[in-house]
Amino acid sequence: MNRRSSLNSKLTVSPYIIWAALFIIAPLFFVVYYSFTTSAGDFTLENVQALSKYLPTFLRSIWFGIEATLICLIIAFPTAYIIAQKTDKIQRTMVMLVMLPMWMSFLIRTYSWMAILQDTGIINTFLTKLGIHPVHMINTGGAVILGMVYNFLPYMILPIYSVMAKLDYSMVEACQDLGGNRLTVIRKCIIPLSLPGIVSGVTMVFVPSVSTFYISQKLGGGSFDLIGDVIERQFQQSYNYNLGAALSLVLMILILISMAFMNKFSDEGEIVI
Amino acid sequence: MENNIIFDLKNITVAYGDNTVLKNLNLSIHDREFITLLGPSGCGKTTTLRIIGGFIEPDEGEVFFEGKKINGVPPYKRQVNTIFQRYALFPHLNVYENVVFGLRLRHLPEKEIKETAREMLELVNLKGFEKRHISSLSGGQQQRVAIARALAVKPRVLLLDEPLGALDLKLRKDMQVELKNIQQRLGITFIYVTHDQEEALSMSDTIVVMDNGLIQQIGTPEDIYNEPRNAFVADFIGESNIVDGIMLKDLYCQFSGQRFECLDKGFAPNEQVDVVVRPEDVDVVPVEKGMLKGTVTSVTFKGVHYEMIVDIGGFKWMIQSTDYQAEGDRIGLYIEPDAIHIMKKSEYSGMFGDYSSFSEEYEELSNAEEPEDEENSGEEEDL
Repeated sequence: MNRRSSLNSKLTVSPYIIWAALFIIAPLFFVVYYSFTTSAGDFTLENVQALSKYLPTFLRSIWFGIEATLICLIIAFPTAYIIAQKTDKIQRTMVMLVMLPMWMSFLIRTYSWMAILQDTGIINTFLTKLGIHPVHMINTGGAVILGMVYNFLPYMILPIYSVMAKLDYSMVEACQDLGGNRLTVIRKCIIPLSLPGIVSGVTMVFVPSVSTFYISQKLGGGSFDLIGDVIERQFQQSYNYNLGAALSLVLMILILISMAFMNKFSDEGEIVI
Repeated sequence: MENNIIFDLKNITVAYGDNTVLKNLNLSIHDREFITLLGPSGCGKTTTLRIIGGFIEPDEGEVFFEGKKINGVPPYKRQVNTIFQRYALFPHLNVYENVVFGLRLRHLPEKEIKETAREMLELVNLKGFEKRHISSLSGGQQQRVAIARALAVKPRVLLLDEPLGALDLKLRKDMQVELKNIQQRLGITFIYVTHDQEEALSMSDTIVVMDNGLIQQIGTPEDIYNEPRNAFVADFIGESNIVDGIMLKDLYCQFSGQRFECLDKGFAPNEQVDVVVRPEDVDVVPVEKGMLKGTVTSVTFKGVHYEMIVDIGGFKWMIQSTDYQAEGDRIGLYIEPDAIHIMKKSEYSGMFGDYSSFSEEYEELSNAEEPEDEENSGEEEDL
């Protein structure tokens, strides 16, 4: 490569480098910087040490994230499979329906669930009318998980669907041909071949579920604090940027670890379709 | 070849909406034979294969396997395995795991699985490839893995759906020989689908020529080539000059304004017929000695012979000869009685066998057909 073209290529990539520096590297740097300093700017480990207090919150976040991800997976896999079986036209319509809730604000969706789940909400009004004793749903852990599942389900369905739609149907036939019944076909053929979609779906649901805020405040009634809520409070109410940054840093590391774990999964079953 | 019938298709009809793919098809397949379903794209050959494999249920008709009706029996319960057009190997498994896939589903002891895998990989000349990834194999090697995988479960019948379609010519020829050897060594039935007439002629015990959802002719390769039943078969298998003729009486016919001796009989006196003359069966002689006289309009060197288009009274004949004739030459043609084949008139009469619009390019275009679309419903567009 001569000097001119190398200069050109540098010029071409420079906007991206500036972009990355400004919006990815700088914020990361500040998160790390704030984590290890006091509000006066002196180096300290206090923020990190204070984290142990939030261990239960971390564990709850992870646990809720895992539950929400699993439920999403259980719902999304058959849904994606069914969509992928349909004709092109029906597929497009169904995919649009899956994405439809994403066109509404996250806030509004969560508020709607409040209205639905409340003790005097839509479901309970209906139950009372039928003469059935109302069920307490709002402000429970289940409601928080429901909120996560509802909000993040499309992120699970879409990647799985797009892998399944591309799946060469003769693979399924080959599996049947070699003696696989319906269950075997799903277990030995469709699941391993959809693995890349499953991995990205799991990542795309787990990461926002773990770090989400607001859902638990509205649907959990404040008794199911998640790490996202704690971080939000540090910034919005306590103005303790340093502790907030430390919390964010730990969350980020947790997410990176889980993503690395998931990627290892997909590498092993590397698939070229 | 033994005479017991392994597969029997009776009155099979398949339709997709208004499109009838198979029309009242009857076909008996003998044990241990190499049978080829041959025909152009959309003739119903793949559909027939898929009915045998259990991937399609016929709308009407019955399928028998060794005398037992197997309509509705799913593919995994049939003693039949398939080599798919694009091999359909599992990309998440290595060569060994692909080959033993069917054996694992049968829960065989690990020792037996290993032994069979070794045997199969040896059979297809892929020893030492066990750990290789499918994506690292060439087309020919993938083809071999597919064969090993299908044969590992010891099927009674192997179905092959245009298995050599994706390979280059040289490799295809090698694989033809190899497949035929494997079939003879294992002594199992091969049902082979192709649109390549040469492939069909060189490998098969029996050829089933299909068009338009109907069987046009069933016979040995020699029968099909030498005694085509109608103009379609004559044209599809090899090159043919097909002219209108009249069967004057037994052993005598008339075409192109001349009377000829032939070997055919059993037609009504003066019956209108189609006359087939293969290009290689015509002898080029000096004009004065010719039974037919014509002008050479084009000459192509083909290596083994020259291929000439000769205008005889406005009808263009294809003639293959080792002697060079220049374009524009007047030549005479001599046709032996056994070079003439008489066919009854059919719906295909007049559609084939005239080389006036012949061009190599066109021929290639019509041969380069796409895979039949009926099985491509799985290919959906990307999100």
